[in-house]
Amino acid sequence: MPPWVALAKLCLAAGVLGLAAAQAAAHDDAGPRALPGVRADREPALIRMVRQDCGSCHGMQLTGGLGPPLTREVLADKPVAGLAATIYAGRPGTPMPPWRALLSEAESTWIAEQLLRGFPDEPRRQTR
Amino acid sequence: MKRRSALALLGAIPAAAPLCGCATTAAPAGTGDLGVVVERARGTLALVNTSSRTLLAEIEGLGDLSHASVVFSRDGASAYVFGRDGGLSKVNLLARRIDARVMQAGNSIGGAISTDGTLVAAQNYAPGGVKVFDSRTLALLADIPARFEAAGEAPRLSRVVGLVDLPGRRFAFSLFDADAIWIADLSDATRPVITKLQGVGRQPYDALVTPDGRYYIAGLFGEDGLALVDLWDDVPKARRILAGYGRGEQALPVYKMPHLRGWAVAGRHAYLPAIGRHEVLVVDTETWAEVGRIAVAGQPVFVMAQPDARQVWVNFALPDYDRVQVIDTLSRRIVQTLSPGKAVLHMEFTPRGEAVWISSRDANRVSVIDTRRFETLAMLDIDSPSGVFFTSRAARLGF
Repeated sequence: MPPWVALAKLCLAAGVLGLAAAQAAAHDDAGPRALPGVRADREPALIRMVRQDCGSCHGMQLTGGLGPPLTREVLADKPVAGLAATIYAGRPGTPMPPWRALLSEAESTWIAEQLLRGFPDEPRRQTR
Repeated sequence: MKRRSALALLGAIPAAAPLCGCATTAAPAGTGDLGVVVERARGTLALVNTSSRTLLAEIEGLGDLSHASVVFSRDGASAYVFGRDGGLSKVNLLARRIDARVMQAGNSIGGAISTDGTLVAAQNYAPGGVKVFDSRTLALLADIPARFEAAGEAPRLSRVVGLVDLPGRRFAFSLFDADAIWIADLSDATRPVITKLQGVGRQPYDALVTPDGRYYIAGLFGEDGLALVDLWDDVPKARRILAGYGRGEQALPVYKMPHLRGWAVAGRHAYLPAIGRHEVLVVDTETWAEVGRIAVAGQPVFVMAQPDARQVWVNFALPDYDRVQVIDTLSRRIVQTLSPGKAVLHMEFTPRGEAVWISSRDANRVSVIDTRRFETLAMLDIDSPSGVFFTSRAARLGF
């Protein structure tokens, strides 16, 4: 990878992280916590995955569908460890699958934390 | 935004009422080669022409269109758009504007139009049930809450899936939480008569009606098998088909629920997605016995027969959703694997099937592909495209 590509990617990731941090900070002064095992450059992909792919059952706005709503208000009293475990290992007897083939435990925890803070939006597409 | 606020004030209004002077007056035109593509992230509908393979216009202001679906009026001039947020919009494809819009539920999953074109029905998760509207004005005519009572529990509302139109101003739908199939007769639209079939199988997740209107088939998430209802029986009842197709093996994770519609039927056989197995199941519609299964690249989501039934096209749940596979129905073998772009969400055939339009969400692209030679004929730049719907659906039962 040429150095400028790496630099550009880093800037992009940092920009998105900054955006996420700004949004999270609006809800919670602590901001998102970087976990060991979650690379900053992976976060945009995780945000997109939650909005778009988890969104096929939980709704793109996470307001629910076949799956329950995952808004900050609904999840308010849920412990982060339980949410992370549901993401990672699934919930037998329901359509919620285990995501362990696609997500690490640390990534599951990161997503659970972001959900509890009010999940960040994806950056808007710039080409149109 | 001016138009949206005006609409919000007016609520459901007759199609004839002029909204404002801003709509362009189109020259007289047919609708047979029109279609729409849902731009899910922007709440916008892209109007396309399937002959010129071009984007004609965009209609904005349709709300949350994640998992949006569309049915068409009989004249093919109006698209009824069912949004995730419960919004139901009637879009005039010739004038390229919203003629009427109602917020009819908190969380919606799709809808159907009656065979005579007079009734539009929406299936909802919250509140769980079906609502029926006048297709001309979107005035509410009937509300059918999916109320059920599990043993030892208080009555509650089930999420509704698999809504289809049936001959004779009837609709059928499935209750995910109640393991039930209901048939609603709306001969008198304000007094629906409901036939309830209980214990059809665990967690029906979607359903289809065969193109002749005879069989209703619900896919089951909670068990290996499907529920079949012969609607020509005097007293319809549900029975299981393809029971135990998983052979007791551990199911694979299902990262996206498959979708069923009448496109499953190719000639004498129906091609159905297995749940938790990377297989397409082939069933004989005369005997309802399994006659084959075809290993595919991932968890099938859409399994769609071409209009001529010669080939069946399959797309997949993530992480295998960059691919599309094509099954030859004579040999029942995969004859082609395509990679039209990441996150293939939907496919739609032109009316006679010479081309298929495939949406690739993450590539922001809709590809038009020749179904015989597999050449890409055109690519349209469309923002996060999901569902593709052509007006030829207006003439098909169960679409």
